[in-house]
Amino acid sequence: METLLFWLLAVVALIAAGSMIIQRNPVHSALFLIMTLLSLAGLFLLLSAYFLAVIQIIVYAGAIMVLFLFVIMLLDIRRVEAAPSRVKLQKSLGILLGVVFLLETLLVLRSGVITDGAAAAATPLPEDFGTAVALGRVLFTSYFFPLQLAAVLLFVALIGAIVLSKRRW
Amino acid sequence: MLHNLWLIPFFPLLGSLINGLWRRHLSETSVAAIACSSVALSFLCSLISFVALFSLPPAGRSVEVVVYQWVTSGEFQAAMGFLLDPLSAIMILVVTGVGLLIHVYSIGYMHDDEGFQRYFAYLNLFVFSMLILVLGNNFLLMFLGWEGVGLCSYLLIGFWFTRQAAVEAGKKAFIVNRVGDFGFILGVFLIFAAFGSLQFGEVFGRAAQQLVPGGAVVTAITLLLFLGATGKSAQIPLYVWLPDAMEGPTPVSALIHAATMVTAGVYMVARCSVLYLMAPAAMVVVLVIGLLTALMAASIALVQTDIKRILAYSTISQLGYMFVACGVGAFTAGIFHLVTHAFFKALLFLGAGSVMHALDGEQDIRRMGGLKDHLPITYMTFLIASLAIAGVFPLAGFFSKDEILWAALTEGNFLVWLIAAITAVMTSFYMFRLVFLVFHRQPSARDGVSHHPHEAPSAMRVPLMILAGFSVVAGFIGIPIIEGANLIRPYLEPVFTRYPLPPETFGHTLHRPGLELVMLLISLALAIGGILLAMYLYLIDTTLPERLSARFHRAYRVLLGKFYVDELYGRCVVEPVRRASDWLWAEVDVGIVDGTVNQAGAFVRQDSAWLSRIQSGFVRNYALSIFLGAVVVIGYLIVR
Amino acid sequence: MVPIANYLVLSAMLFLIGVIGVLVRRSALIIFMSIELMLNAVNLSFVAFARLWNAADGHMFVMFIFTVAAAEAAVGLAIVIALFRQKDSVDVDDVNLMKG
Repeated sequence: METLLFWLLAVVALIAAGSMIIQRNPVHSALFLIMTLLSLAGLFLLLSAYFLAVIQIIVYAGAIMVLFLFVIMLLDIRRVEAAPSRVKLQKSLGILLGVVFLLETLLVLRSGVITDGAAAAATPLPEDFGTAVALGRVLFTSYFFPLQLAAVLLFVALIGAIVLSKRRW
Repeated sequence: MLHNLWLIPFFPLLGSLINGLWRRHLSETSVAAIACSSVALSFLCSLISFVALFSLPPAGRSVEVVVYQWVTSGEFQAAMGFLLDPLSAIMILVVTGVGLLIHVYSIGYMHDDEGFQRYFAYLNLFVFSMLILVLGNNFLLMFLGWEGVGLCSYLLIGFWFTRQAAVEAGKKAFIVNRVGDFGFILGVFLIFAAFGSLQFGEVFGRAAQQLVPGGAVVTAITLLLFLGATGKSAQIPLYVWLPDAMEGPTPVSALIHAATMVTAGVYMVARCSVLYLMAPAAMVVVLVIGLLTALMAASIALVQTDIKRILAYSTISQLGYMFVACGVGAFTAGIFHLVTHAFFKALLFLGAGSVMHALDGEQDIRRMGGLKDHLPITYMTFLIASLAIAGVFPLAGFFSKDEILWAALTEGNFLVWLIAAITAVMTSFYMFRLVFLVFHRQPSARDGVSHHPHEAPSAMRVPLMILAGFSVVAGFIGIPIIEGANLIRPYLEPVFTRYPLPPETFGHTLHRPGLELVMLLISLALAIGGILLAMYLYLIDTTLPERLSARFHRAYRVLLGKFYVDELYGRCVVEPVRRASDWLWAEVDVGIVDGTVNQAGAFVRQDSAWLSRIQSGFVRNYALSIFLGAVVVIGYLIVR
Repeated sequence: MVPIANYLVLSAMLFLIGVIGVLVRRSALIIFMSIELMLNAVNLSFVAFARLWNAADGHMFVMFIFTVAAAEAAVGLAIVIALFRQKDSVDVDDVNLMKG
């Protein structure tokens, strides 16, 4: 059951991602991205990260992507990229490098460096792993300072976004 | 006072600094006051020191005062120390005394010159350097003073730097002196190598044991030092700068090129008497060069027409005399002549300055004449000085020159005496040619004399008279023949016998009063003979000089052209050096050095032009390169 | 139980797709979305590791990545808007004043 779900969600995620980068219309791209995000939320559930899955849907898919859509609509973009790219070789080199990168990653995984270490340190999963309670417990104790910083960051971003988008000072 | 010897050079230094740094804010009067009082104070201190020295027994008259350790570098030590002994005492008296008189004279001479303040600053600096030279107790300090006077000489010769001739003369003086200084410093290096120290006491004290008498080392040292002396004291081969140095103001010529700086070489040889006495070969060289220079310079002076140049060649000739004395071992006689020469030569120059001042700067004696009545004081003092230099009894020059002639005969040989005697005749001849042409002869219309001469102001007159007084009496410190009447010799002798000498060096003067008296009379006769000859040629049979010069015209032209030495140097030395410099400039400096720098620049420019293509301006390219970097790094980590 | 390696491979591939999107597309908005995709791929990887090692720290990281991504999206889109107002285009190749 789990395996089936995994493969299903994985394939959907990949196809959606691939489609996203291919689409001409930015609205379509956004919608495909939302699909990817939702698949990922499902994968989070499979990995016992319940809280995060929900947050993913609410924040990422629900807020950030909506923001994206707002901006896309606001800008009234015509079909861009009709003219051929002024930089030759960017595309091919980019894809080439991407593939190289993928191979590297697979190589690392193959060597078993990661999973080997893990097998040794396996401990039984606590009851409330991945729930809000567990997260909260860690967040407000060990990660208290980064939490404050994140708050400041959001504040700064807020101000920044307002300032940058003003039409007139 | 003896412990405060440092005050002696300090005052002129202070004066120089004040006048030099604040010269725009000080009036002429203040500058003159500061400059003259600083030298006056120095003179006073010198006088006190001189007197104080007498309180010490003759054998112990040597006071060394170390002010501070200047250099301590491993084994090499040099102190800022001053040595007062009879030799340096005499020198500082001459330097500060004559210097003071010339400072006063300059107030009148340089009045209204726009470089008035600068002049006195330089002059004070010169006095400071000269005092360091004669007071120093080690070779390094002496060299410091040596260079300092050379620098001041350059600054003062080229004082009117808007005149091309003055600038050229200053450069020539400095460069020719440099050649000599090169020899000097090589000598100093050798001394250090041989003795490990530059202090006079140590070097001269250990010379007898450490050096082989007549050996290569001591001969090399003395010859190299003498090379420096030929530069500074204008002997063959480095005398060519002195006649040109007459471009400077006349008081400068009086002080620097008559009384003090040019005597530095003689002082140095006298100071190093121990070394010279141990190197007979070098003594011969000194003697020969002194003799030849005296003869040659006197012969050139016979036909020159510029009043200052005649005096310049006369200086060169008299310096030659001093070196003749040193060359035969009669250092006392050399110093004696140095002192008397300082008086009458300075007086001659100052008198010439007075004449030029009266005639608005005229220097050609063919355009002068009959000034005897217009410039009485100048005439009297000039006449006294000329009699002194000619060697007429009882003026100063008679005694000192006779000492030298006597030493030349007894310590040297007859030939030396003969050449010196011939030079003496020439000396009195050309001096009185000068006197008669300038003061006596009534100028004819064709000479173009059309000035209204006036006597000099008192600032210029008083020094003339004082110097004339000294020219009369100074000789009496060295009366010959009469037993015990010679004051200067026993005064100076301890200086030269202070340090041990190896046994086989020079003995000392014979005492043969009969012969000495005869020689005395012969010297007098020579001097008077020269005067009479000049009188005949220039006052009585006035066309004779022209007929003679026409008859012997080739010899005349050689003399007039100063033996063409300047042209010779120009062709053999100056031109090749200049061409080599040009070549070096074009090939090495422009080609290689500039080329390399430009090439580096071009290289960088080309590369940066090529590299700047990376900055395409496209953000995506940048992202690509970031990603590329990341891939490479990860790849590297994987491979490891 | 799905081996963790699968999740990691998936994460890598999503990341790759995101990278290619950034490098190849010219529209600023698409590039932004590709960046979001990359961030999400990394999130997945973190969560996988958290599960593997039984550590809640992985979840923490993801929380912060959410935060940063949100902030970044806001500011970035503001920039895109400002850019659009200037050039009337969101083609990043038009932003080339730093040429040379």
